[in-house]
Amino acid sequence: MLSVEHLPVLIVVISLLSAFTIFIAGWLNKRFCWFISFATILVQLVMAVFILHHVLTVGTIHYWLGGWSPPWGIEYVVDALNAYVLVILLFLALICVTYSKRSIAHELPYKIVPFYTVYQLLVTGLCGVTVTGDIFNMYVFIEIFSLSAYALIASRGKIALKASFTYLVLGSIGACFFLLGIGFLYSVTGTLNMHDLSLLLPPLYGNKIVLTAFGFFTVGLSIKMALFPLHTWLPDAHSFAPSEISAMLSGIIIEVSTYAFIRVCFSVYTLNFIKLLPIFDILCWIAALGIIIGSVLAIAQYNLKRMLAYSSVSQMGYIMLAVGLSTSTHHALWGGLNPALMHILNHALMKGCLFLVAGAFIYKADLWNITDFTGLGRKMPYTCAAFVLAAISMIGVPPTVGFVSKLYIILASLEAGKFIFVAVMLLSSLLNLVYFWRVIEMLYMRREEGEEHSSSSKNEIPLSMLIPVLTLASLCIIVGVLWLTEIPIPILDQVNALFGLGRYATP
Amino acid sequence: MEWLLEEILAKYNYWISITIMLIGFYAMIAKDNLIKKLVGLSIFQTAIFLFFISLADIGPIPRGTAPIVSEAMMHKGYVYVNPLPHVLILTAIVVSVATLAVALALVIRMYEEYGTIEETEIIEEERELGV
Repeated sequence: MLSVEHLPVLIVVISLLSAFTIFIAGWLNKRFCWFISFATILVQLVMAVFILHHVLTVGTIHYWLGGWSPPWGIEYVVDALNAYVLVILLFLALICVTYSKRSIAHELPYKIVPFYTVYQLLVTGLCGVTVTGDIFNMYVFIEIFSLSAYALIASRGKIALKASFTYLVLGSIGACFFLLGIGFLYSVTGTLNMHDLSLLLPPLYGNKIVLTAFGFFTVGLSIKMALFPLHTWLPDAHSFAPSEISAMLSGIIIEVSTYAFIRVCFSVYTLNFIKLLPIFDILCWIAALGIIIGSVLAIAQYNLKRMLAYSSVSQMGYIMLAVGLSTSTHHALWGGLNPALMHILNHALMKGCLFLVAGAFIYKADLWNITDFTGLGRKMPYTCAAFVLAAISMIGVPPTVGFVSKLYIILASLEAGKFIFVAVMLLSSLLNLVYFWRVIEMLYMRREEGEEHSSSSKNEIPLSMLIPVLTLASLCIIVGVLWLTEIPIPILDQVNALFGLGRYATP
Repeated sequence: MEWLLEEILAKYNYWISITIMLIGFYAMIAKDNLIKKLVGLSIFQTAIFLFFISLADIGPIPRGTAPIVSEAMMHKGYVYVNPLPHVLILTAIVVSVATLAVALALVIRMYEEYGTIEETEIIEEERELGV
C-alpha cells in the first residue's frame, strides 16, 4: 500500500513523465494526448485530495528527496496551505483540460500534441512550486511553469507572440530577482531549506543583506503575480492566449505566485520580521491603488478578454490587500490569512468561469468585442447563464463567492481600523457592477435588427465545453454558501495556526 | 575618497557583478531591437551567476581549490571552495538557456509575421491591425 507520505513527490513526477508520454503517444495518434493529460490530472487531483485529508487529520507531510535529510537534501513539505492551494490548482487544471478537448481541436488543430505536452509541463511546474520546501527548488519550478506559460500564450501566433515576448522579458526579470534574493540569503545563512532559513534568520533581521533580499523577493514575485504597477504584461498575455490558458493564467498562475509570496513572507521570513517594518501597510496601499485602477481600466475596454484581464489586476489587489491586513486582524473568521486564502479559491472559480465563457463566444461565433454580443443570451442560454452567475459573483451579490470574499475583507479592514479600505472595496464593487452590467445588458436586453422572429434558433457549445463552464458557475454559488456555513474554515484555521496569525497571534 | 576606494576594492566581485547586471538591465529597457533586448537579458542573468560563483570562494587569501577530497590533501591546510553555489548555477544556466531558446523562437516567429524585429515597428503594425 502506497503511503500518503510519498504522494507530494509522485504528483510532480507523474505529471512530468506524462508530459513526455503525451509527446511520444502523440506521434502514434493525436487522440491519445487529451486522454493521457486528462487521466493524469484526474489522478493528481485524487492524490491532492488524499494529501489534504492527511494533512488535516494527521499533520504536515515531510518528504526527503533521495533520502537526504534536510538541510542538505531537497525536502518537500506539505502543510495545510500547500495542500489547499494544490487542490484548487489541480481542480481548475482538470476543468480547463476537459474544456480544451473541443476548443483546442478548433483553435489550434495542428498543435494538439505540443499543446498538451506543454500544458502538462505547466501543471508540473505549478504543482512543484506548491509542494516544495526548498527555496531554490521553488525558483526552478517557477521557471518551469513560466516557460510553459510563455509557450502556451504564444501558441496562437501573430499578436500573441508580442504578448508572450513581453511576458517573457518581464517574467525573467522577476525570476532573476527571486534568484538574487536566494543568493543574498544563502550568503548570510548558507542554507536553502525554508524551515532551516526561518530558524537561522531571526538573529539577522536587522542585517541589510536580509532586508535587501526581502525587497528582491517582493518585487520579483510582484511581477509574477501582476501586482498593480508591475501588471503591464498581463492584459496582452491574458487576452491573446487560448481561452483555457487565459483561465489558467488568471485563475491559477498568478495565484500560485501569490502563494509563493505568502510562503516567503511567513515560512522563510516570519511574522516577527514582517512586524519590524511597515511592509504590509505599504502593500495594502499598493493593493488598494491596484483595485481602483484595475477596475477603471477594465471599464475602458471593449474586448471582453481584455476587460477580464484588467479585472484580474484588480482582483489580485483584493488578495494582496487581504494579505496586507493579515497581521493586524485576530478574529476567528476573518482574522489572519482567511480572507486572502478564501479569495484565492473564489477568484479561481469566478475568473476561470468567465474566461471559459469568453472562449465559448470565440469558439462559436468568433466574437471578441462586447458590442458584438447583442442577443447572445437567447442563442446560447446556458453559457450566458453561467456568465451571469460568475459576473454577479464578481459584483458581490449574496450568497456568491465574491460576496463572501468582499464581506470578509471589509470586516477585516474594519477590525484593523483602516476604514479607507472599506471605501475602496465598496467603490470597486460599484465599478465591477458598471463593467459587468454592460456585458449582461448586451447579452440579454438588446435585440439585433430583424432578430424578432429567429430568436428560437439555439446554438449552444458542445457538452464537453458546457459542463466545465456550468460546473464552475454552480460552484460560485455552492462554495459561497459553504463559506457562509463556515464548514471549510478549519482548513484556513490550520494555516493561521502554522504562521501564528489570526486568533493564534500572540498579543 | 580613500574609504570609498577601499570599500570598492574589498568587495570588488560584488561591484563588478552589480555593474554588469545594470548594463544588462539598461539594454533590456532602452534597446528597441528585440535581439538586443535578449542580449541584455543574457547579460543580466550572467551577472547573477557571477555573483553566486564569487560567493563560493570565501576562503582566506590563498584562495580555495576545487572541492575534490583526496588522501594527500586531507592532512595539509587544505582550503576548498563551496561547491553548492556552483551546482545551483549549473541549474540556473540550464534555466537561462531554456528561456533564451524560447525567446529566440518567439523572435523568429515574430520576424516571419511582421518582417521586422524592431519593437516600435511591431507596435505600429499592431496598431494598424486595430488591437
